[in-house]
Amino acid sequence: MPKFEYAPAPESRAIVSLRESYGLFINGEFTPSADGRAFKTISPATEEVLAEVAEASPADVDRAVAAARRAYERTWSVLPARERGKYLFRIARIIQERSRELAVLESLDNGKPIRESRDVDIPLVAAHFFYHAGWADKLEYAGYGPAPKPLGVAGQVIPWNFPLLMLAWKIAPALACGNTVVLKPAETTPLTALTFAEICQQADLPPGVVNILTGAGDTGKALVTHPGIDKVAFTGSTEVGKEIARDCAPTRKKVTLELGGKAANIVFEDAPVDQAVEGIVNGIFFNQGHVCCAGSRLLVQESVYDQVLASLQRRLATLRLGDPLDKNTDVGAINSAAQLAKIRELSEVGEAEGAQRWSPPCELPVKGFWFPPTVFTGVSQAHRIAREEIFGPVLSVLTFRTPAEAVEKANNTPYGLSAGVWTDKGSRILWMAARLRAGVVWANTFNKFDPSSPFGGYKESGYGREGGRHGLEAYLDV
Amino acid sequence: MSDTATAPGRLAVRKTYKLYIGGAFPRSESGRSYVVTDHKGGFLANAALASRKDARDAVVAARRAFAGWSAATAYNRGQVLYRVAELLEGRRAQFIAEVRAAEGLGARQGEAVVDAAIDRWVWYAGWADKIAQVRGASNPVAGPFFNFSLPEPTGVVAVIAPEASSLLGFVSVVAPAVVTGNTVVALASERCPLPAVSLTEVLATSDVPGGVINVLTGRTAEVAPWLASHMDVNAIDLTGAPDSLADDLAVAAAENLKRVVRPAAEARAAEARAAEDWTQPPGLKRMLAYLETKTVWHPTGT
Repeated sequence: MPKFEYAPAPESRAIVSLRESYGLFINGEFTPSADGRAFKTISPATEEVLAEVAEASPADVDRAVAAARRAYERTWSVLPARERGKYLFRIARIIQERSRELAVLESLDNGKPIRESRDVDIPLVAAHFFYHAGWADKLEYAGYGPAPKPLGVAGQVIPWNFPLLMLAWKIAPALACGNTVVLKPAETTPLTALTFAEICQQADLPPGVVNILTGAGDTGKALVTHPGIDKVAFTGSTEVGKEIARDCAPTRKKVTLELGGKAANIVFEDAPVDQAVEGIVNGIFFNQGHVCCAGSRLLVQESVYDQVLASLQRRLATLRLGDPLDKNTDVGAINSAAQLAKIRELSEVGEAEGAQRWSPPCELPVKGFWFPPTVFTGVSQAHRIAREEIFGPVLSVLTFRTPAEAVEKANNTPYGLSAGVWTDKGSRILWMAARLRAGVVWANTFNKFDPSSPFGGYKESGYGREGGRHGLEAYLDV
Repeated sequence: MSDTATAPGRLAVRKTYKLYIGGAFPRSESGRSYVVTDHKGGFLANAALASRKDARDAVVAARRAFAGWSAATAYNRGQVLYRVAELLEGRRAQFIAEVRAAEGLGARQGEAVVDAAIDRWVWYAGWADKIAQVRGASNPVAGPFFNFSLPEPTGVVAVIAPEASSLLGFVSVVAPAVVTGNTVVALASERCPLPAVSLTEVLATSDVPGGVINVLTGRTAEVAPWLASHMDVNAIDLTGAPDSLADDLAVAAAENLKRVVRPAAEARAAEARAAEDWTQPPGLKRMLAYLETKTVWHPTGT
C-alpha cells in the first residue's frame, strides 16, 4: 500500500481564545486558589505553555464542597425535575454550538488528533448531556423504585485521556439525578473542563451546582476524602482506585470506580481480515492507546496468524503520526512526559523479556512527547507487557488454537473491562460473549461508545456502570 | 437439643455439627471446636471452630463450583433452589426447635421465623429466571448495532451472616447471592450457628451442587479477615460483622476491589442491627450487589 503524501491541513487555532490564567470555578465564579498556587498546562505536541491554572488547596476543596452542598439543599434538589432536565438540554446545545472550539482546545491540551476530538469526543459529550437530560424527570421509571432520591454532593475525579468526555460521563448523570458536583479534571488536561465552566455560566446554571477544581493528585485526594461529600466517582488507574476504595471503606460514601484494563481482542480464522485489522488498529492506536478499554492484547487464531500480522504491519505503515491539529493525523502526541517514560519503560521490559518489537518506519517530531505505533510478537502470558496496562500505542500479540483457549487466555488477567471478538459466526460471538469476564464485549467492532450503553468493569477494573439506565444507579440512593 | 424429641427413657443419638465445604462435611482441619449454648447458657453442642485453612478450602471449593453453577440455566437454578424450600418444609419441626433453642423464641415466633425462611427461599427461587429481564436492557445506540446489557454473577461471594437471626437471617443473605449464579462461602452466626449447620444437610440432599454454598462456623473475628483479604473472593457481605471489625474488613476488601455489602447507615448501631427485621420484603438490593452488567455490541447488517 503506498503512503500518500499530503500537504499539511491544520485546523485553525483561531477559534480558541485562551486566557493567560484560569482560576477555580466555585459557586458559579472563577476565583484564585486560597494560597495562590498555580501550575502550567502545556501542549504535549509542542511543549508550548498554553495557560496557567490554579491549584486547589484543601481550603479550596472546603469552599467548593460547601458551595455544592448549599446548591444541593437550596436550589438543585428542590428544583422541579423537568427544569433540571432543561438546564442539561441547554448545556448539550451550547456544547454543540461550541463544538469546534472544544475539539481544537481538546487536541491542543491533550495531544489527540483533531479527527478524533472532532468526530468522537465532542459529539459524544453533547450526546451524553442530551441523553441524561431526558432522564431527569423520568427517574421513577428507571427501575429503582417509585421515587429514587439523589445522594447529595458528588466528588468526581477524571483522567486525561478523554478530558471532556469523562467530564460528561460524570456530570451529566449526576446532575440529571439531582446531585451537585465538585469535579477535578486531570492536571495535564484542565482546559476543556474550565471552558465547560463557562458553558455552565452561559446556561445560567445555578451557582454551586457544578464546581471545577483544578489540581493534581493531592487535590484529588483532598476531594475524595472530604467528609462533606456523599459520593465518589473516579476514573483512572487501578492503583489509585484501590487507594480510594480503602479511604472510603470506613465511610458511608457511595463509590463507583472505572479503572484499568488489559483487553483481549480475539481474531478467529473466519473473521474478515481487513475489517479485523481496522478493528485492531482502532482498538489499540485510537487515542494513542490512552484508553482504559484498549484492545492491548491481540489474540489471533494460529491458522491466520501470518496473514493477520502481515496485514496489520502493512496497515500500520500507512498511519500518520504528527500534529494533532492536522486533519490527516491518525496518531497524535503522548499526553505527558511521565506517560511517555512509562510507555518506554514497559516497552524496554518487553524486549528484555524476549518479545520481538516492531514499529513501522515513522519519523517522530523533535519537540513534544511521541511514541511510534508498536507491535510486540512472541509475547507469552507471563510477560509484563501482556499483564500490565501500558496505556500507550503498544500492542502485544499472542495466539490460540481453540475458542476455549481464547477464553482462557482472555480471562487470565485481574482486569475485566472490555474484550473484542472477530468472527463471521454469530453463534460464536454470543458463545464467546457469555464467557468473557468483561463489562463490555465488542463483536466485529471495537472502542464504540454511546450514552445509552452501560460501560464499566468486572474484577479489578472497578465497579459501577456509566451510561444507560444502569448508570443512573451510581447517582441515586438505591 | 434433639433430646427433647426423644421418648422418655431413651438416650438420644446426638448430631455432630460439622463444616460444609465442597459438598462434604469435614471437621475443622484444625481439630478445634467451640461450645454452643442455648439462649439461657445451657449446652447445645460443640460446633467446629473453623480456621484460616478451612476458609481457604471453602473459597477453593466455591471457585471450583462457579463455572458450572453460573452456566446452569436460570430455570435449572430456580428448580434447585425451590427444591431446598421443599426439603426445608419437610424438616420444619426440627428447624423450629433449633431456632427456638438458639434464639430463645416462643413457639409462635419460632414457627413464624422458620415459615418466613422457607418462603424466602421460594421467593428467591422464583427470581432465578426473571432477574435478567428486570436487570437487563436493550440499548438504543446510535449506530448499526444490537446492543444489549445482561446481568452476570460476580463470582465467589463471602457472607458474614447476621449474628442474631440464625436461620431467616442466614437464608436472607445467602439465597440472593446463589440464585443469580454466584457461589458462596458463608460464615454462620457465631453465637447461634446450629440452624445454619442443619441447613447444610438440606443443601446436601437437594441437588445444590457441592461447593455452591459452603458454610463455616467459628469466630467471626478470626475467620472474616481471611475472607475479606482473599484475592479469589469477589464480593463480601459484612452484615454479621461487628462494627469494630467491619471497617477493617472493608479496607481489606479494597485490595482486589471486592464488591462490599454493608448494613444501611441507620442500622449501623449494634442494637439497631440486632433488631433488623428480616421478615420485611428484601427488595432487589442484595441480588443486585452481586451482579455485574455485561454489555455486548453485536453488529447488524446483511
